[in-house]
Amino acid sequence: MAKHTLIAYVEDVPGVLNRIASLFRRRNFNIDSLTVGRTEQPGVSRLTVVVEATEAGARIVEANLYKLVNVLRVDDLTHKPSLSRELGLVKVRVTPQTRSEVLQLTDVFRARVVDVDEASIVIEVTGTPEKIGKFELVLKPYGIIEITRTGSVAMARGHEALTSNPPLVRATGGKEDHHAHDNSGISMSV
Amino acid sequence: MKLTGAEIIWECLQKEGVDVVFGYPGGAILPTYDAMTKYPKIHHVLVRHEQGATHMADGYARASGKVGVAIATSGPGATNMVTGIATAMMDSSPIVCITGQVGSKAIGTDAFQETDVTGVTLPVTKHNYLVTKPGDIARAIREAFYIAKSGRPGPVLVDITKDAQQMVAEFDWAAAEPKLPGYRPNYQAPASEFAKAAELINSAKRPLILAGQGIIKSGATADVLALAKAANIPITTTLLGIGAIPASSEFNLGMMGMHGEAWVNQAIQQADLLIALGMRFDDRVTGNLKTYALNAKKIHVEIDPSEVNKNVPVDVALIGDLKEVLGELKPQIKKADHPEWWATINVNRGDSAVRDIKNLPDSGHLYAAHVINDIWRLTQKRDTIVVTDVGQHQMWEAQYFHHDKPRSLITSGGLGTMGFALPAAIGAKFACPDKDVWVVVGDGGFQMTSCELATAEQEGIKVNVAIINNSFLGMVRQWQEFFYDKRYAATPMTGPNFVKLAEAYRLTGLLCDKRSDVKATVEKTLAAKGTVVIDFVVEKEDTVFPMVPAGADLDKMIRRPKQDVMLESGSDKDWEMPSSTLPNVFVEAKAEAKALNGRAKAAKKPAKAPARKTAKTTRR
Repeated sequence: MAKHTLIAYVEDVPGVLNRIASLFRRRNFNIDSLTVGRTEQPGVSRLTVVVEATEAGARIVEANLYKLVNVLRVDDLTHKPSLSRELGLVKVRVTPQTRSEVLQLTDVFRARVVDVDEASIVIEVTGTPEKIGKFELVLKPYGIIEITRTGSVAMARGHEALTSNPPLVRATGGKEDHHAHDNSGISMSV
Repeated sequence: MKLTGAEIIWECLQKEGVDVVFGYPGGAILPTYDAMTKYPKIHHVLVRHEQGATHMADGYARASGKVGVAIATSGPGATNMVTGIATAMMDSSPIVCITGQVGSKAIGTDAFQETDVTGVTLPVTKHNYLVTKPGDIARAIREAFYIAKSGRPGPVLVDITKDAQQMVAEFDWAAAEPKLPGYRPNYQAPASEFAKAAELINSAKRPLILAGQGIIKSGATADVLALAKAANIPITTTLLGIGAIPASSEFNLGMMGMHGEAWVNQAIQQADLLIALGMRFDDRVTGNLKTYALNAKKIHVEIDPSEVNKNVPVDVALIGDLKEVLGELKPQIKKADHPEWWATINVNRGDSAVRDIKNLPDSGHLYAAHVINDIWRLTQKRDTIVVTDVGQHQMWEAQYFHHDKPRSLITSGGLGTMGFALPAAIGAKFACPDKDVWVVVGDGGFQMTSCELATAEQEGIKVNVAIINNSFLGMVRQWQEFFYDKRYAATPMTGPNFVKLAEAYRLTGLLCDKRSDVKATVEKTLAAKGTVVIDFVVEKEDTVFPMVPAGADLDKMIRRPKQDVMLESGSDKDWEMPSSTLPNVFVEAKAEAKALNGRAKAAKKPAKAPARKTAKTTRR
């Protein structure tokens, strides 16, 4: 078992996120994180999902995602050169004595202070999920009030073409890319 | 052309070539029912329960190969459909369900008869739609039909709000063409995979074809037979694959799996190559996956990529339409004979054959297998569709009714839905009015949907209902006999007087409790004008042999006793133990079950004591 990062392009229609979440639940796939956002194309959303799976399991996840009518394209970034980033907001308790230490650590992690008051600081940190985990760890002794993380978003490096078919097949008909899309959907609902 | 949403629904159904719909009206679908009167070309069948509507649409689809249509109202109407939709999903049956929904403004307010139907049916449909604007109806329905029948078929639900049915919109069929950029029903396997598959087939010594329902869906019977003939490869079918290959074909060994023929399961375990065609390695077919066909390489021809490597890892996968794949594969197959392999199979067959019950004399008992085999013999010259329910009778039908044509057996395989048979048969009769449609159903399953007798009566159609009445939930009883120390919890079952029940519905009811009466009963049934219900009162504690206990190795089967089997095949006989390790529950049950065996009917035992074969079972 290993972590697999899958990217799915989906039609931005009501219920699509529900379909994906339902698929993962129904097939008993283990989601580590799932994020979704707009893309450069109107009507198309991009989903990054990190799953705990064997290699064969990841292929089955991929094939099942392709089975959803609203899924346009799936790509497994796990074995490709890729970037993965997450954003976290950490609200940490400070006293006049510890404030400078916390600010120093913030600098070390190349994080940013986004809010300060007499007893706390809110810090914005971006990076790999591991880095954010580490940041959380070093701030723990000061007293973390809250923390929120976005989950990973990922992208392949370079400009190589992405697959647009499930494993083991070649497409027929040639109309497989996601140029035509439906604008009637207002927003995505969960 | 400006039309109301309701009119657009019927226009679309007409354009899709629908001639019959199965439905039940209600508040949220009333505008559609009101508009129906303007479309007399489409016949509406009023069902007695919405589950029946979906099973009828399913039966219609399986018998005809076309898309079946079911209509219901919101809330309870739609939720009643869920079982039928799930049945169609598991067996890849193309149906389109249209449900009414509360007005779009009322959605989310817990309005009267409001249910989140697209949410409820999401995991059991291939796709579904919630339509809130009349202008979106045409495209949703057109896409629904396209999705339902293309690729791996399946159910699609279109939920349409009441206001969308009432409001007016421009109807433009051409503009409603499906736009589904993410939907890819058609695939082709890479050429390299074909070469690998051909190499495996050409070098195999003991190949075996596993024939599934995909052959029927793809219309590939001739292509599969051509492949089998080319390299002299034996064929075995799944339950849903019955009919895909003629039972009379010399290549067809019979059914595989939990109640499959023993020699077939042995052949699977001994084969060095399995060629799986349009089947999905269901657990009822494989038994214990850890010991399944360990000697065999596997080729999987399948239209749905997500089925590949799901249960059984395969060596070569050919994704695509079966007919096209075989067309491309066939020229690469070299002629072969495999005489040794056939000899091995024939030895197994001789050793473990289900005795030929066709000509056995009357022993005074009526056994379900006799009834079913007799119906087959007496209807051989007619064009017959048999629709079975779920349970012992379903397995006996699969074993003793020999199907030579695709789509001549309709049964709920994947979901195992009791209550499926009668409504599905009504649907099948609408698809094939010129064929005889027989329902083979247990007394339990029949009572689940027997209200649809009223539908058959109102429609004036003829289905022949053979109730295999053993006053038990027989298959569950059999599991209790084998694995739960014969504690028959909640399986003994009474029913109404089925003859009187039929008569209460103004139909014909017949009773048959003797083997000698079966012929006359069947002849009377065939001669009758309308629907006939036959109460076949059969032996109560009869057992389906052979049986692979759930999760056990495929070739370790509980076998039929080695004696005059079908003369006395009730539970008053010893069953033969599998000769290797079985799940503990079975081992524990064994001694007790053997001790109890024959107790009830010891007097009827033949003088010659059966050869008791004690199993050398060991506890794990």
